[in-house]
Amino acid sequence: MAIYVDANTKVVVSGLTGKEGRFHALRNRAYGTQVVAGVTPGKGGQDVEGIPVFDTIAEAVKETGANTSLVFVPPRFATDACYEAADANVDLIVCITEGIPVHDEAPLYSYLRYRDVPMIGPNCPGVLTPGVANVGIMPTEIATPGRVGLVSRSGTLTYQVVHELTQKGIGQSTCVGIGGDPFIGQFHIDVARRFNDDPDTDAIVMIGEIGGDEEERCAAFIAAHVDKPVFGYVAGFEAPPGKKMGHAGAIISGSKGTAQAKAEALEEAGVAVGRNPSEVAELAAARM
Amino acid sequence: MDLLEYQGKQLLADAGVPTPAGDHANTVDDAVAVADRIGYPVAIKAQVQVGGRGKAGGIKVAGNSEEAREHASGILGMDIKGHTVLRLWIEPAAEIAAEFYASFTGMVSAEGGVEIEEVAAANPDAIARVHIDPMLGFHPYHATNLVYRGGIPAEHRRGVSEVLTQMFAAFESLDAELLEVNPLIVTTSGDVVALDAKVTLDENAEFRQELERFREIFATDPQERAAKEKGLNYIKLQGQVGVIGNGAGLVMSTLDVVAQAGGKAANFLDVGGGASAEFIANSLEVVSSDPQVKSILVNIFGGITRGEEVANGIVAALDEVDIPQPIVVRLDGTNAAEGRQILGDNPKPNLHSATTMLEAAAEAVRLAQGA
Repeated sequence: MAIYVDANTKVVVSGLTGKEGRFHALRNRAYGTQVVAGVTPGKGGQDVEGIPVFDTIAEAVKETGANTSLVFVPPRFATDACYEAADANVDLIVCITEGIPVHDEAPLYSYLRYRDVPMIGPNCPGVLTPGVANVGIMPTEIATPGRVGLVSRSGTLTYQVVHELTQKGIGQSTCVGIGGDPFIGQFHIDVARRFNDDPDTDAIVMIGEIGGDEEERCAAFIAAHVDKPVFGYVAGFEAPPGKKMGHAGAIISGSKGTAQAKAEALEEAGVAVGRNPSEVAELAAARM
Repeated sequence: MDLLEYQGKQLLADAGVPTPAGDHANTVDDAVAVADRIGYPVAIKAQVQVGGRGKAGGIKVAGNSEEAREHASGILGMDIKGHTVLRLWIEPAAEIAAEFYASFTGMVSAEGGVEIEEVAAANPDAIARVHIDPMLGFHPYHATNLVYRGGIPAEHRRGVSEVLTQMFAAFESLDAELLEVNPLIVTTSGDVVALDAKVTLDENAEFRQELERFREIFATDPQERAAKEKGLNYIKLQGQVGVIGNGAGLVMSTLDVVAQAGGKAANFLDVGGGASAEFIANSLEVVSSDPQVKSILVNIFGGITRGEEVANGIVAALDEVDIPQPIVVRLDGTNAAEGRQILGDNPKPNLHSATTMLEAAAEAVRLAQGA
């Protein structure tokens, strides 16, 4: 099982013929992921090391049975690829692209909610189900199969925590990097719901950061609906207000969105919150 | 990208929103000349990219040339929440009958001119919010809901609705992340006017927006200035430990871990994904040039970023630039072993390596405090 990505995942890569798309799609395939198609308009009929390329996603889906879209195209064209994937009826979109304008992301978010198509990202490292499939850019060697689900907005912070869990002998069911932009397809709360329902996940590690109120909303959801143990970490206690800390969404506005408030909300919801990545891994290890 | 008030007002004016006519000035003499030309009374307003100017004394009304000179010289050079005032905006003083607050994503309040967060805390009913579906856009019923629920007096509802509609059109067409007018006033003659503008534009939309015209480097801090020129994602902080890392989350976490080890970070610097050796060298140079930095912590967990590129950058920086501070390097992830090998093959007296993030932070703090 696992969530979002499993042995039945068949990936179609938008931007397969580009440098990034090619590099990561081939790495994903080498890991065992079924990468069945690529899409680049005008390059239909070609192939990338045996992966057939189509002009449209609809054609790729029809010919290969692809059910998951992985998007690597440049920011100005990325939302178009996501709409195209949704209209080609894929089950999941993973959009890696960083730098998409907010006014392009907002209507996409809205459309995908109406269509009920889950999207991971944009501006994310993707989804890794260790030992089964990797859809995105996460380094796989740090992960190991197991029963802890991990969700984070940040790529490198995900790697840090996965690495620490693996070193402590704690494997992961699925690692989900939901992305650092203000409008993302799946929020912590959506991922937490899936982990809670996943028979192969025993506990959840949730990594938050400053900005917005997602962690607070997820805390309320956890208190009401999640019966598995949840371990949390929030980055950005030292972040000054009013400064965008690298991620477009990571900004403390006035008194809103502080790490302190988020950590407290999670603790009130019964989440064991660590003060740093090592501590959250230790808390999880002690319980597992 | 945060615009100055007058830049935001010019964009609003282009979108049809009524704004006061005025001009900007960078010196006291110019300010007085502008004020004389406009005619008194005038408002003299500090142009800084931060809120709370009025409370800080950055906005004054002058009734004549002498007062204009007095206020202009008082405000220019003033520090407002860490921002030095380098420019003034001078406009006719408004005769205000009523003040409101308007912001997209949408809020309207019957208490304008004050910090909206305080209103939200003290009197939440004074703020009306509507959710605008970006697929649908801003419709008349949105404006109706805002003006009725926001307590706008009957005689001003039509005028405020019209301005809200124009503001939303500007919000979309400019690729704004934030478009806030506080206060939105009604003058004694009944006109609705945007007396202030706080506009943040989305730099990701640069391919379809003209942003270069706003890209003045206002940073007076030498490291922030150098970082902007080199395209680094750098934010100055107050401590002694310089921090360089990859990925926003990991760098934020590094700042926290430094604080937990008993130190304080001197900066936030995210080299992003796939940083080249040259980028790492530039980063080290900028962080090292800060006199408050006593040690430097490089924390890299490679995904797209490769360990050997980071190591080559550090070695190159130490060869080319004089970096007096001790540097603690922690490398993990993609090609970390190759990176550690390169650092091991090029020993430098001020280069220290650590195996974990916590050890690295503790070592950097110890070195900063021993310096």
